[in-house]
Amino acid sequence: MLKKYPTVRYISQRAIWYFLTFLIALSLNFFLPRFGSDPVDTMMAQAAGGLSLEKAKEMEEGLRLSYGLIVVDKQGNIVRDTVIKIDTVVVRDTIFTTVKESVADSLGNALVNERREIESIVLRETLIERPEAVARKASVVSQLFNYIRQVFKGDLGKSFENGKPVSEIILQALPWTLALQFPAILLGWIFGNSLGALAAYKRGVFDKALFPFALLMSSVPFFVFGMALVYFFGIIWEFFPVAGGVDKSLLSPNFFEFISSAAYHYVLPFFSIFLILAGGQAIGMRSMGIYELGTDYIKYAKWLGLKETRVLAYLFRNAMLPQLTGLALSIGQMVGGALITEMIFSYPGLGFAMLNAITSNDYPVIQGVTLLITTSVLLANFTVDILIALLDPRVKASLSMDSK
Amino acid sequence: MLKLLRNLIKEPMFVIGSFLFLTTILAGLLGPSLYTAHPDAIDSYVQPFKQYELESGKHIKYWLGTDDLGKDYVALLLRGLQNSLYVGFMAGIIATTIGTLVGLFAGFKGGIIDDVLTMFTNLFIVIPSFVVLVLVSASWPEGRSLTLIAILIGLTTWPWTARSVRAQAASLRGRDHISLARINGATNLQIIFKHILPYLASYVFMVFIMQVASGILSESAISMIGLGPVGEGSTSLGVILNIAKDQGALTDKKWWGIFPAAGVITVMVFALYLLNNSMEGVFNPRLRK
Repeated sequence: MLKKYPTVRYISQRAIWYFLTFLIALSLNFFLPRFGSDPVDTMMAQAAGGLSLEKAKEMEEGLRLSYGLIVVDKQGNIVRDTVIKIDTVVVRDTIFTTVKESVADSLGNALVNERREIESIVLRETLIERPEAVARKASVVSQLFNYIRQVFKGDLGKSFENGKPVSEIILQALPWTLALQFPAILLGWIFGNSLGALAAYKRGVFDKALFPFALLMSSVPFFVFGMALVYFFGIIWEFFPVAGGVDKSLLSPNFFEFISSAAYHYVLPFFSIFLILAGGQAIGMRSMGIYELGTDYIKYAKWLGLKETRVLAYLFRNAMLPQLTGLALSIGQMVGGALITEMIFSYPGLGFAMLNAITSNDYPVIQGVTLLITTSVLLANFTVDILIALLDPRVKASLSMDSK
Repeated sequence: MLKLLRNLIKEPMFVIGSFLFLTTILAGLLGPSLYTAHPDAIDSYVQPFKQYELESGKHIKYWLGTDDLGKDYVALLLRGLQNSLYVGFMAGIIATTIGTLVGLFAGFKGGIIDDVLTMFTNLFIVIPSFVVLVLVSASWPEGRSLTLIAILIGLTTWPWTARSVRAQAASLRGRDHISLARINGATNLQIIFKHILPYLASYVFMVFIMQVASGILSESAISMIGLGPVGEGSTSLGVILNIAKDQGALTDKKWWGIFPAAGVITVMVFALYLLNNSMEGVFNPRLRK
């Protein structure tokens, strides 16, 4: 049907693939937290202290409901089964003995007087059957479907810490993360690739100086570099603020105040992501560039006497494309690292929200944040895939070959 | 083989990288027996984050000070180094084994097996492994051992190996010596292990080095956010950093709580990257010059 439009067909194929990946990611997001221990049990263990039995039960049921772990009928009521629960009850048995006493009445006749006396009290355990309404457990498959249905409705559950809807927490954090990571990753990629291409082309001193430095930069873990920046630029020299996304002491900042304060807080986390990323990209681009320099088409172009800038343009274009594929593949890793950077800087984005959730075992928030991260990474990948299809003549050619 | 080694030794990156990495391995292996202070011994006389203790005027008791509880940082670092190396190597071995096998079969077999395996590989490449690590670790509040974390890392990072090994194996598939082996009646397994794997050995080794580096990095990252190994004796470099940061070492200018551990991680990873890059230069002569 779409044979005439190979690019459209390719994009729709990719879209389907990413949608399937999304569903699998969703299932992983659902199953993985259930590997270790029942999250509801863990939460209850933390929260149930000090609650009465009924309250605790009600809370547990609510949690299970919000997780989609129990069956709900069409009206949204919890389906309960009556289960005969057998309880062990301690019964107090009193054992009496009859004591016979011979007494004489006033006339002197002997009488026998019987009197009951407590001999002992015995505690004894006994089983009592008692009917109890218990919410019906949903099967794992229907739990998964419940979860997926809830996610598509935008319902990610409620935070266990403060009862806020998880989607609200995420929506508050998301703009910060996007504003930090999107430019840092994009600019880091562009800057690193330009440096790498330059090093490949110039070689010599520039390459010798840049290469080890780029290698060192790319081997510094995100959080180490972040902490070094905090330590020197934030604490020792006090050039920049070390925590937060904006000055909290501004009570009702106007637009300009807000922007300038946010920009001031932005500098350190931005550079800590940007520089490390650029280092890694420069190394990749350098080897790509050197490889391309040795190819026949470059030699041919040189022999033809084409202008140097023209040759360089060909070189960059061809070396850039594998780097673009590399970007698509490593966005997930980059985002993971950048999230830790947010944690170091207490930047109010998703990473920090996740850190807070981790320290308080707030499962719904952890799960919500991880789901959103995976989704954004998939979206970013999809975008890069489309870009490659549009930019790379080789992909285009193979696409139209396929459709013939 | 000898020629290869001679070429490698000429490469300054290789020399520096192997020197640095051997030093860290030796420190991890021999350190605890040379530096006998116990990492869990708490010196309750020193204040939290004591920088160093001068005894009788000249003898330095704590070379790198103590942590918030009064534990000797040098002893902690040595144990952390040992544990980080353990996780790195174990994760590296798991990831390289799975990845190489998947990549070899996909690349060699081609066809539908290749399609399925490649789809599976790509799936786990695009789903961030960091997310998987966080989800599993967070649901495992007790009994998160070093080994468990190493296995988790190994199970989440293999797709990178699979991807690159697949590409290499696929390029070998059409070679003459493979066809010859097939005509001679060699089975698929024989071809894969006798005629393809040896060609890729140097490549797989390079991939292994990168996997160890990424194992060390992943462990320190997951520990850094408080989801690292728990239990006695499982202090890793990331755990040291996590505790130091939580106790305010960074904001209180207690540099010795942060930078020695951070430096050791960086040096290890840098050494591995140097090794990898120098080998790439030797195996791929066009990068040399």
